[in-house]
Amino acid sequence: MNEENELLKLTDVSTAFKIDGQYYPAVSHVDLEVEKDEILAIVGESGCGKSTLATTIMGLHDPQTTQISGQAVFAGQNLLEMKEEDLNDIRGAKIGMIFQDPLSALNPLKRIEDQISEVLDYHTGMSSEEKHARVIELLNQVGILEPQRTAHQFPHELSGGMRQRVIIAIAIACKPDLIIADEPTTALDVTIQAQILDVLRDIQAENHAGIILITHDLGVVAETADEVAVMYAGEIVERGTTAQVFGDPKHPYTRSLLRSMPQGDMDVLHDDLYVIAGSVPSIEKMPQTGDKFAPRIPWIKASAHEEEPTMHEVAPGHQVRCTCYQDFYFQRLEDVDQ
Amino acid sequence: MWKTILRRVLIMIPEIILLSILVFLLAKAMPGDPFTGSINPRSSAAQIEHLKQINGLYDPWYQQYWNWVVHLFHGDLGQSYQYHEAVSNLIGDRAVNTLWLSAFTMVLTYMLALPLGLYAGKHEGRLPDTVIRIYTYVTYCIPFFVILVIGLWIFGYVFNWFPTTGSVSPTAHGMGVLSSRLEHILLPGLLGALFGTVNIVQYMRSEVIDAKHSDYVRTARSKGVPNKDIYKHHIFRNSLLPIAAFGGYSITGLLNGSIFTETIFSYPGMGMLFIDSINYRDYTVITALVLMFGILNLLGTLLSDIILGIVDPRIRID
Repeated sequence: MNEENELLKLTDVSTAFKIDGQYYPAVSHVDLEVEKDEILAIVGESGCGKSTLATTIMGLHDPQTTQISGQAVFAGQNLLEMKEEDLNDIRGAKIGMIFQDPLSALNPLKRIEDQISEVLDYHTGMSSEEKHARVIELLNQVGILEPQRTAHQFPHELSGGMRQRVIIAIAIACKPDLIIADEPTTALDVTIQAQILDVLRDIQAENHAGIILITHDLGVVAETADEVAVMYAGEIVERGTTAQVFGDPKHPYTRSLLRSMPQGDMDVLHDDLYVIAGSVPSIEKMPQTGDKFAPRIPWIKASAHEEEPTMHEVAPGHQVRCTCYQDFYFQRLEDVDQ
Repeated sequence: MWKTILRRVLIMIPEIILLSILVFLLAKAMPGDPFTGSINPRSSAAQIEHLKQINGLYDPWYQQYWNWVVHLFHGDLGQSYQYHEAVSNLIGDRAVNTLWLSAFTMVLTYMLALPLGLYAGKHEGRLPDTVIRIYTYVTYCIPFFVILVIGLWIFGYVFNWFPTTGSVSPTAHGMGVLSSRLEHILLPGLLGALFGTVNIVQYMRSEVIDAKHSDYVRTARSKGVPNKDIYKHHIFRNSLLPIAAFGGYSITGLLNGSIFTETIFSYPGMGMLFIDSINYRDYTVITALVLMFGILNLLGTLLSDIILGIVDPRIRID
């Protein structure tokens, strides 16, 4: 790890939500680093805490109902302990965020130009002509064909792909050092997905930004990411380079995820895709101790799991939580059917 | 946009014709007639018959209707049987009174309701919100006329702060007329606003809470927009949308007057005129008023559509 290139370092970050007067952890003890020019992918099923982690870094949670601990050091400052005013100098300027649902993430009553230049209002001293020029430049950069026209339109007049491009334009308007992209392609069809990812990569090459790419689309990860962190139930269960995690997956969850991905000729071999038994428990029902993935692989003997699972280094830079990976095997189809 | 407005106005014509026939027939269907009991008790049956005859009450309904419409187009709404005065003059006087009271109530209502709703929504679940919500629930649970009677009793009779009847003191002149008017509308206006705010506060509060948790507000936060600007630029305007449409419609209510308020405060406005005309079977006044309320309603829906089209870019009128 090169200290100079380090952008963001998360240490022991936990987020808990208050439900009916009690706090339930949504993200627990996450350690991660992002460097310049790097794309770190965070993958996992819906409800495993990926988006919560992103919004925690951005400080977008209501402090009344959220408990946040740990450190997220960015440019020498801990984002998690900053005052709102100071955080506002970083949000939008140094860290840009791309949101999941491009329709609801834009204000329906404001023109595209106003929504993009709002970032510039707070972080630059540009004149209105300069701002207009920058908006057009940004719209061009994210691949919008008629930027002058689009700048004047309202969100509902744009297609989903165009709206997502506008969201990206907002996130990169101030050339941030770090971009957090929360499922940037989920709401889009496959051809648009590829274009959006290209746009992200181009921007990264230009600005040398670090990108945290949050997704449940393993295909996207394999194509774009340098580093991968797999999350389950609010914890990182495996992390390493994309080659390590995809080429030599260790954790039962990672292996299950990869196996439940269609692989071209797979349909010929089996009729059904692999399905991970059960679903992510809701936040209130999550087991608080032991290996949280254990209930979904009940055929693995209990003694294979650690009581307090920790990360184990299996190769340089490749870490896995819990020791159960050593004993893990997939059930045969006949057993599953019973 | 003008095309749409013109089209909507044209569609209103058959609606108004239908409405006028309905109004006319309903008024005719009421039992009794304006001469029953309102004429010198010594008049003979023959004289009453004669009056009915010359007033055209024995003509077939379509002929009576046609006469009425022809007069309508000459600006003649007929004579009030009760007040022996041209209906248009009568309505004119009462409309001015009602307009004063309703406009004052409406301005006061929105001035109170919008900040209260915004404040409650902003501090959702905390003490100020709870206090405002208790106020709205309690007020909503009490019938409006009870509020009026209690208010009248406490502030009118017990404390004697406000006049309890009328619209303007008969002895007032010059600038005194204006201040006398204000004095008379202050209490009914305040009580009306107290009651009227309830709906709008609740509306505004839930809109603010919705907007506060919306994705576009989260986007604005991620841009580094400070909280007070988020309320100013994003939450307030977006929360105002349904209220703006509602407000456009309620403008038509300015002339309807409130039957409760005007009756309890003996305020000579449209509401009281309406109730009186029904009690006296004053056909000409009833038909004129109902027709007018009907037309105002049609205009109100058009107005609220136009306002919505102006404030919400997603709704386009072209």
